[in-house]
Amino acid sequence: MTDSTQTLPLKNKGAFVQFLSSSAGRATIAFVLVIVLGLIFNADGAFFKLGMHRDALRQASVFGILAVGMTVVIITGGIDLSVGSILAVSAVLFSILTIHLDWPAWISILACIIVGAGLGAISGSLIAVAKLQPFIATLAMMTFGRGVAKYITGGQKISTYLTNSDGEVIIKELPGVFKAIDSRIMGGNIAIVSIIFLFCLLVTGLFLSRHKWGRELFSIGGNEEAARLSGVPVKLTKFLAYTVSGIMCAVAGIAQAAQETQGDPEAGGGYELTAIAMVVIGGTSLAGGRGGMGLTLLGILTIGYLEKILSINAVPESGRLLITGVIIVLAVLTQRKNRK
Amino acid sequence: MNSDLSTPVITMKGIGKQFGKVRVLENIEFEIFPGEVHILAGENGAGKSTLMKILSGVYTSYEGTISMAGKVIAPATPLEANHMGISVIHQELSLIPSMNVRDNLFLGRPVTSLGFIRDREQNKKALAVLNDVGLDVSADAFVEDLPISIQQLIEIAKAISINAKVIIMDEPSSSLNSKDVEILFSLIEKLKEQGCGIVYISHRMEEIERLANRITVLRDGKFVGTAPAEKLPIPKLINWMVGRELTNIFPRYEMNRGKEKLRIENLTVSDNEKTFVKSVNLTVKSGEILGIAGLQGCGASELLLGLFGGYNKKTAEHIYLNGKEISIKNPSDAVKSKIALLTNDRKATGLVLSMSIIANICMSGLVELSRWGWRNISGEISAAEKQGDALQIHASSYEMEVGMLSGGNQQKAAIAKWMQISPEVLLLDEPTRGIDVGAKHEIYQLMNEWTKQGISIVLITSEMPELLAMSDRVVVMHRGSITAEFSREETDAENILAAAMGKETIRV
Ligand SMILES: Nc1ncnc2c1ncn2[C@@H]1O[C@H](COP(=O)(O)OP(=O)(O)OP(=O)(O)O)[C@@H](O)[C@H]1O
Ligand SMILES: [Mg+2]
Repeated sequence: MTDSTQTLPLKNKGAFVQFLSSSAGRATIAFVLVIVLGLIFNADGAFFKLGMHRDALRQASVFGILAVGMTVVIITGGIDLSVGSILAVSAVLFSILTIHLDWPAWISILACIIVGAGLGAISGSLIAVAKLQPFIATLAMMTFGRGVAKYITGGQKISTYLTNSDGEVIIKELPGVFKAIDSRIMGGNIAIVSIIFLFCLLVTGLFLSRHKWGRELFSIGGNEEAARLSGVPVKLTKFLAYTVSGIMCAVAGIAQAAQETQGDPEAGGGYELTAIAMVVIGGTSLAGGRGGMGLTLLGILTIGYLEKILSINAVPESGRLLITGVIIVLAVLTQRKNRK
Repeated sequence: MNSDLSTPVITMKGIGKQFGKVRVLENIEFEIFPGEVHILAGENGAGKSTLMKILSGVYTSYEGTISMAGKVIAPATPLEANHMGISVIHQELSLIPSMNVRDNLFLGRPVTSLGFIRDREQNKKALAVLNDVGLDVSADAFVEDLPISIQQLIEIAKAISINAKVIIMDEPSSSLNSKDVEILFSLIEKLKEQGCGIVYISHRMEEIERLANRITVLRDGKFVGTAPAEKLPIPKLINWMVGRELTNIFPRYEMNRGKEKLRIENLTVSDNEKTFVKSVNLTVKSGEILGIAGLQGCGASELLLGLFGGYNKKTAEHIYLNGKEISIKNPSDAVKSKIALLTNDRKATGLVLSMSIIANICMSGLVELSRWGWRNISGEISAAEKQGDALQIHASSYEMEVGMLSGGNQQKAAIAKWMQISPEVLLLDEPTRGIDVGAKHEIYQLMNEWTKQGISIVLITSEMPELLAMSDRVVVMHRGSITAEFSREETDAENILAAAMGKETIRV
């Protein structure tokens, strides 16, 4: 790579142009382009309605929560392929506990988070202590997690319809917590799942930028050996990164269950790729050491809006996949210029 | 001197370069003649490496012109420069660690037929190249398994094997010991005879004195002048470089030795395959500078790394700090005990190049700079500035990525990181690697300052004058054991070298 980005004739290069050549600038360009796309193909004005934006954010929220955890992991130079499977474990566990066993909501939520954290911690230990490659360890966890989800459900969706021992079908009432999570506040203008997502993003982002742990994640991603020899607790830091990702999966799983009003052991299949795409489009480097939560927010919004715009224009799924693929490549191509 | 001064191979005229808003080169004139060693001198950050990166196609946007044998050229990539006959040994090693020696030698220009690599031929050529340089390594060895000095020699072999008209050597000796430096110098002689023009960048005055035909000096990105070596004796050269007189780079010797601070009993250092250090006993007094001498592979670096907890394997040892036994299982234990290790390879093991100067300086002392783990951003900035100013880090902004600093300034940032933890014991492995004379002088003065505060220093250096001038006491290592010890009065270069080569054993 040449240093072309830094050595344009800089005398007349304003702060704005400099911003555009930074990671944040490029991610912003991608996002703005998608919005412009929406303004042009506005589906007879549907794009200008508030409801469309609310829905875009709501539909991106579950992916967004996964992307928050994924950002933390990718900054260390790792990857977490298991997020979709852990999401499924959490979704079915939450449904079983609340619908079948009538556990109180808070205890069920706590239980799901503990299980999610536990599964993440297993990946984390395999990577930090047993020194497995993140790709391999989380690939194994991806398979294992899916197995767990299918095992505890017997492969069936967990919904309010259930068959008792006599073969009778009974319909239970949907627990209040499902409705609460899937509801909206502020005059129906913002979904609770979106608030949960933004809360996760904010808190994790705060840790990344303001806490010692965040700095340590970046130093490990940048140069693990130098970090180790500077006294950074490499094992603990990496372990916690995957544990946090597991917690995010648990939260996303609960949100997913609430939105679907059921726990599907097949839920979250392929979600890991969307989450990774969101992180990378934001500009966090897959090589580790560079990136941030603000960038990931831009990536989440870019993909979220793109999906929404394509769907309001009734683009068929095949077309949606094609266009999303192209956009990912374009976004990452512009990002790459940023590296020396 | 038999350099042919008739026509230059390379003429660089009016060269200028900016990074962002920072101007690093301004109107530089530089010529290289066939068969000469042209020294490029200047302080850290003067722009030497940048100028050579322009010549070798690393940077493609600059002001001014480069011509080769009268024709204007503009190499767009390092490979293109190679094809034009310009070859570079970069300051920061650029071999690919996970590949073997042979593939590294022929990277970018493999011996092929129909696109397939001709293994046997390539192997033969590789062996010939290695033989030329007098290197005794297998072509199949992986670069990451080789010590840094061997890596450096491979890099040199690679540059030479291109049959270049011009070879640029950016601080090639900074990771070589004296024996390997001799190999390098005899290679340079051979290349000169073949009519090759050589640009040599170094901060070591004795090397400049020995090699120079002509010298060009840069200061702060500006051209100071070019002169034949005989017109520019060292004191005058230093004056050109730093812009002031500097008569003696070593400060006056001070004795700050107090009572015992660190004692190591029976330290053995090994990884899964090899034992580097065999049951070594060592004591360091407070305020003392203990020098460790030895040839490459003698185990000195490994001794410091092992003491610091850098090897995962536990060894039977007792370490006492201020009379209390401490246990160091990993580097963070060492940091907690206020033991600091400046490693000998800042790029690989010292710094996180993608992070800012501030982040790097505060990396080890982050716990103290934070409250409940929450960082104090403004506290970090002022801490970094304080340490950076003490070491005179030359940077346009401390928010800048450390990787963008000049080599010598990176070294200072690595030292600053350790000063931030207020160490009790400083383990310094080649602390002045790549640092200019002026800054060396400052660092030696700082070392005196630190010992005055009671900090103990263990110093490994391949520069004999530095070892002799700074150490209160010198121990010599040979094959993982301490074989000799000299008090300051007894130290002399010959005895030390003899012991380092294992020629005689003096009672410890
Ligand atoms: N990519 C970059 N971006 C911004 N500034 C840079 C970059 N590369 C180099 N610089 C700056 O250019 C200046 C000259 O650097 P250079 O590496 O050429 O110095 P040098 O003379 O080789 O010093 P040393 O003796 O320490 O190796 C330094 O101030 C450095 O910080
Ligand atoms: Mg340099």
